[in-house]
Amino acid sequence: MCGIVGLFCKSPELEPRLGTYLSEMLVQMNDRGPDSAGVALYREPAPPGCSKLTLYSADEGFDWAALGGEVRDVRARHAVVVFDGDADEAEAAIRASYPELRVMSAGRVIEIYKEVGTPRVFAERFRLHEFEGTHGLGHTRMATESRVTTEGSHPFSTGHDLCLVHNGSLSNHNRLRERLRREGMEFQTENDTEVAAAYLTWRLREGDSLEAALESCLTALDGFYTFLVGTADGFAVLRDPIACKPAVLAETDDWVAMASEYRAIAVLPGAAEARLWEPEPSVVYAWEKALV
Amino acid sequence: MEPGLRESFLYDRTIIAEIQRAAREGIYDIRGFGAKRRLPHFDDLLLLGASVSRYPLEGYREKCATDVVLGTRFARKPLELKIPITIAGMSFGALSAPAKEALGRAATELGTATTTGDGGMTEEERQSSKTLVYQLLPSRYGMNPNDLRRADAIEIVVGQGAKPGGGGMLLGHKISDRVAAMRDLPQGIDQRSASRHPDWTGPDDLEIKIMELREITDWEKPVFVKVGATRTYYDVQLAVKAGADAIVVDGMQGGTAATQDVFIEHAGIPTLAATRLAVDALQELDMHREVQLIVSGGIRTGADVAKALALGADAVSIGTGVVIAMGDNSPELDEAYRELGSAAGYYDDWHAGLDPAGISTQDDRLAARLDPAVAARRVANYLRVLTLEAQTLARACGKSHVHNLEPEDLVALTVEAAAMARVPLAGTDWIPGLRG
Amino acid sequence: MAVAATGVEVVDLASTPLRELNQRLHDVAGDDPAIRSWRVLNPNGMHAVACGIDAPVEVEIAGHVGYYCAGMNQRATVRVRGNAGTGVAENMMSGTVVVGGNASQAAGATGRGGMLVVHGDAAARCGISMKGVDVVVRGSIGHMSAFMAQRGCLVVCGDAGDALGDSIYEAHLYVRGAVAGLGADCVEKELRENHVAELTALLARAGFDDVDASEFRRYGSARELYNFKVDNAGAY
Repeated sequence: MCGIVGLFCKSPELEPRLGTYLSEMLVQMNDRGPDSAGVALYREPAPPGCSKLTLYSADEGFDWAALGGEVRDVRARHAVVVFDGDADEAEAAIRASYPELRVMSAGRVIEIYKEVGTPRVFAERFRLHEFEGTHGLGHTRMATESRVTTEGSHPFSTGHDLCLVHNGSLSNHNRLRERLRREGMEFQTENDTEVAAAYLTWRLREGDSLEAALESCLTALDGFYTFLVGTADGFAVLRDPIACKPAVLAETDDWVAMASEYRAIAVLPGAAEARLWEPEPSVVYAWEKALV
Repeated sequence: MEPGLRESFLYDRTIIAEIQRAAREGIYDIRGFGAKRRLPHFDDLLLLGASVSRYPLEGYREKCATDVVLGTRFARKPLELKIPITIAGMSFGALSAPAKEALGRAATELGTATTTGDGGMTEEERQSSKTLVYQLLPSRYGMNPNDLRRADAIEIVVGQGAKPGGGGMLLGHKISDRVAAMRDLPQGIDQRSASRHPDWTGPDDLEIKIMELREITDWEKPVFVKVGATRTYYDVQLAVKAGADAIVVDGMQGGTAATQDVFIEHAGIPTLAATRLAVDALQELDMHREVQLIVSGGIRTGADVAKALALGADAVSIGTGVVIAMGDNSPELDEAYRELGSAAGYYDDWHAGLDPAGISTQDDRLAARLDPAVAARRVANYLRVLTLEAQTLARACGKSHVHNLEPEDLVALTVEAAAMARVPLAGTDWIPGLRG
Repeated sequence: MAVAATGVEVVDLASTPLRELNQRLHDVAGDDPAIRSWRVLNPNGMHAVACGIDAPVEVEIAGHVGYYCAGMNQRATVRVRGNAGTGVAENMMSGTVVVGGNASQAAGATGRGGMLVVHGDAAARCGISMKGVDVVVRGSIGHMSAFMAQRGCLVVCGDAGDALGDSIYEAHLYVRGAVAGLGADCVEKELRENHVAELTALLARAGFDDVDASEFRRYGSARELYNFKVDNAGAY
């Protein structure tokens, strides 16, 4: 199963330390998920008219400059590259010319890093403490029914600047995957979370608001889930109607945080005085800030 | 059968009777016992005894050891058993008090363990059984820290083979004064079953629950996790990740005192397949023999024991077999069974509490028929025979310890068994799905 | 560890392993222990804090705890000055557990005796499968509370979520506020004098003397599902 963490900086003073705090939260969730870890960070927007992709290569020595974009950062086989034009175009071009690469995320602000291994090793390998940003999500994974691989790790990117992390176990994802394939969605894994992520992408493509898309999960998805969704502006939380999987929300003047267990929130500054509550089942909770 | 009468395979007499019963009663059929239909099982495997390329051990003088230690991973006091056969969890409530006592005595005599059940620990069992495994079930009937502390091991029951995904069941006529008191229930009502644990769901939260139980018992006792066999590969890996010391995998042939017939016959996978999956899962985590595997569900003979061990189990657990050994379905009781609408060899109404053998009943008058000393002797004899049979087969394969039996000592008689156990079809190199 | 002038044993979980704290609490022997009062600092959401105690001691925990705090408690009084995670006081046998803040899921699950008091809200499955414990919540409780509740009392000064008392046996449920929905076989029942007396005593024991018992409604088993009848099949 899994551990989820999320942090949203309400005050700009916190943004330089986003990566530090997120990695400390992630390490607290090691027991829930020793198999693999991943984060989605929202930071350093691509210039207007451009898009930003996070790409993964199994080949350590891959020549990222050859892609024709601006290589902003390379760490642990992940590269952040900015391209002219629309994110869909950039992604399509990469998939066509470089099928061996994995597109981890696409959009203007999002970056996704994920890898097998414990959260502590993950945080060190990716030097998470170096990252600043407006908000971020993290996930530690204990694989239930699919293999432990990089692709199978969360967060799953579902659309531009959109991602999903999940704690729980869905039970109707196999048929839903087939249905979504017919709607044009593509899948890299057997993972149930990837299906949920694709479902959300599809609903958003069909014109649903994020809130409506999440609410439709309550009828379309069967099983147990706590979802944390990352968007360009913030994040959203949803628990299924039975709500067996844990979720804790916390808020101070400086931040909003979400985690599977309070332990992960306890590492944040001012946690002891934070307003703490538990999200109700079947209710969408969302926070966002205006994009600059 | 008269010539000219042709029975339908699909709508045979059993199905016709069931459809008509359903039409009459409007409720699903509830019964005890395990799956009655034919399933691929250990009988479909054969052991390759020694000849020219391998040499056997002599009986008696050349020892074939049978000892096993369960719970070495984290516990300060793992279970040291003399034989690799334990007695599975069966509740007081499902079984009578003398039956539980008999099982305890027999296990003590053979140097092995018994397991409580969905109703808590009775004094009879704790006193009579030297090594007692205490179950933590979704119902938590009778659960308390004092019994947790005086148990020798703790077994978290996620599910059982007869009804994976289902909960315990005990019908009103078996909820006697004593059972009601132990379970905090009104007398005579039909106990409803919780299928999930009340305070954890999922392996990530199971890990925290295991940690709590260890803290309460000062990390002394091994913690087992028992699952009904379904997605066994994943379940075993998750149990290891959640921190289990040992895993009990109960195949679909596993018995029960009461559940819906549809559950027994149509949910779960055969013990044969589950055993191989469980061993694969452990080996892939490099945890085989580190986290012990106990296999149950239709272990009946020493041959079953030997073959389960050969596939990689550390031990087996027996429920139905010891109940039969005690006297259930004895031919001497045939007349009594016929009065109940059944017959010796067919009786499976363990849920009804009318057992003439005094085993699956709470009726004091019937239970008094079971002399625990006599019943204990019968179970002890049975366990002894199982052990001797397993040793005989192991020796014939050249093994000085039953744990040295391995999959390469096995061949299969059927394609299904070959595929499920992943051993070649006898006389060939062929393992369906793997090679050939 | 420091013993303050008032005779309180202070344990700081930031520097002392949890295992050591729990072992010391388990080692407390006899009915008149030498150290009666304990104060635990910096729990920081740790799990299984002060679980499995069997002694008449008082333990105060200064902060938020994780899962299963005071699990299977016997005779002790455990106070959490903060919030509690899943399963606080699960299967408690006797004694008292008090949560100053909110309690998460399965508060008091399968409890068999003693009293659990929650000053804030409790979440889903409060008092699930309770077997004799008394649970008193100042705030509101979540859905599926008192599921399969067998014995004991659940008192809620605020509201109750959906499916209250589903499959309930003989536990007594008292709710002052709104009930979002009742579970299978759970019905509202008449609040008679003896119930008011029981409720008043529970509220007093919980320290909520300012709450008026007559403002509550009582819920319990309709006893229709005790033995299967085919006409009730829809309730399953």
